[in-house]
Amino acid sequence: MSVDAATVRRIAHLARIAVSEDEVPHLQGELNAMLAFVEQLSEVNVEGVEPMTSVTPTQMKKRQDVVNDGEIADDIVANAPATEGHFFLVPKVVE
Amino acid sequence: MTDLTSLTLAEARKGLAAKTFTSLELTDAHLSAIEAARVLNAFVMETPDQARTMAREADVRIAKGDAGPLAGIPLGIKDLFATKGVRTTACSKILGTFVPTYESTVTSQLWRDGAVMLGKLNNDEFAMGSSNETSCFGPVGNPWRRDDSNTTLVPGGSSGGSASAVAALLCMGATATDTGGSIRQPAAFTATVGIKPTYGRCSRWGIVAFASSLDQAGPIARSVRDAAMLLRSMAGHDPKDTTSVDIPVPDYEAAIGKSVKGMKIGIPREYRLDGMPAEIEKLWQSGADWLRSAGAELVEVSLPHTKYALPAYYIVAPAEASSNLARYDGVRYGLRESAKNIIELYENTRAEGFGAEVKRRVMIGTYVLSAGYYDAYYLRAQKVRTLIKRDFEDCFARGVDAILTPATPSAAFGIGEKGGADPVEMYLNDIFTVTVNMAGLPGIAVPAGKDAQGLPLGLQLIGRPFDEETLFSLGEVIEQAAGRFTPARWW
Repeated sequence: MSVDAATVRRIAHLARIAVSEDEVPHLQGELNAMLAFVEQLSEVNVEGVEPMTSVTPTQMKKRQDVVNDGEIADDIVANAPATEGHFFLVPKVVE
Repeated sequence: MTDLTSLTLAEARKGLAAKTFTSLELTDAHLSAIEAARVLNAFVMETPDQARTMAREADVRIAKGDAGPLAGIPLGIKDLFATKGVRTTACSKILGTFVPTYESTVTSQLWRDGAVMLGKLNNDEFAMGSSNETSCFGPVGNPWRRDDSNTTLVPGGSSGGSASAVAALLCMGATATDTGGSIRQPAAFTATVGIKPTYGRCSRWGIVAFASSLDQAGPIARSVRDAAMLLRSMAGHDPKDTTSVDIPVPDYEAAIGKSVKGMKIGIPREYRLDGMPAEIEKLWQSGADWLRSAGAELVEVSLPHTKYALPAYYIVAPAEASSNLARYDGVRYGLRESAKNIIELYENTRAEGFGAEVKRRVMIGTYVLSAGYYDAYYLRAQKVRTLIKRDFEDCFARGVDAILTPATPSAAFGIGEKGGADPVEMYLNDIFTVTVNMAGLPGIAVPAGKDAQGLPLGLQLIGRPFDEETLFSLGEVIEQAAGRFTPARWW
């Protein structure tokens, strides 16, 4: 499988990465090189094979359903590029 | 007094205990070495004030006789580990001047045991790379150069700063992380020892995530014993990481010098590649001979799905990366580009903040997870991963204690030499290491010799899950036979 220019633009948008028109051919070439490389997986017989979900055979641990953290709003917003009080600021989302 | 920076960690521990020198003296010697080696670009942030404060505290504890196992030992920390109050960037523009308000579990355990932080080390952006050339702080120089050449070579990656700093005697050991070979390949390129422990052995909490089902932290050090000492402090159960395993951490150092007599060592025939340099072949043979002389039994084994590990990795790792890196949105931390609306804010921030390699992987990951392609790519790759793990399980079930392979298909190469036209050329660096991540196994790279141009080459030992001890025992045999290698100083 390979991707065309329109697909590259679509993937970029899904990935939320702005891509200019002149970057598209280059990206298309690189993505297709990667896809050509992984193409060899299609020759593996995976009939009846379970997909791996966990590399170590362990039970997923569950935490106690209790409050164990919090009251650290200052820490949470400490690195934010734009804040007001304890809120993150973003451009207007709802008109 | 000999130069304090040339001591191994084990030697420094003895000197500190015997009060031959103080941690402050040891730390100052390393801070001067770092200052004189800035041309290597191994450190992206030096923290001399913090280092001296920690060293003084260690000296007080040593004097009082309640010193931890790493008391007063100066270390470098890969910039992927969150360090409280010290800028942590994963060497990406998108994290900008991010200063964590918390400490990663692995580093907090090092400080608990008395270690001293010298600063933060360079790495490939978000650990995506095999040469440390994708860092937003620029490439790292390898302290090793070819005989009769002034060309600066890469130290490997992604833990290039860690490997370079340890090899150049700028720190006594360093933290590193390994998703596809990022500890073992740079260790091999710089004649240092690097171990990627079993998945779940070290907590991933507070480490910038790349591919969560593959990422593991581990040390890079100048000897097998030093690596064992560091791993003991780094490993251990952490309730904050659900994949961290709750089994006791053994005294890895006790495995050093233990007899390997009667151990069965597998030599996988699929690792003998067409066109493999004769020097690598010879090195591999020497490794087998050394282990045989020490009493181990060498057997040929087969890992039939080896060739599919790298392509499967380049589906699984980018898929997980595209998901993990979704958090960089210009809202909560790091870089933010101006925009008219929220979508543009995300798109412009990520276009400006991510480098070319990261964008490429996020996009491939997005594609293989997108509607209509998930089964063909991601699901198939996860099935192939099951087969890769099964290969190893079959091998260990037949009584094999560990597997011996070359660590890399070549020695270090020049900056800008690889991957310019085709990204896959760079990816092939990890051909011998990536299988280990796919199967969640422990793997150690130990320096074993030099190529015809005088560059170091390493061997890799792959172990059973949570049997790092066997790797330390076998690694020590290789180190004793091959000797240790130090680069001639040119910086």
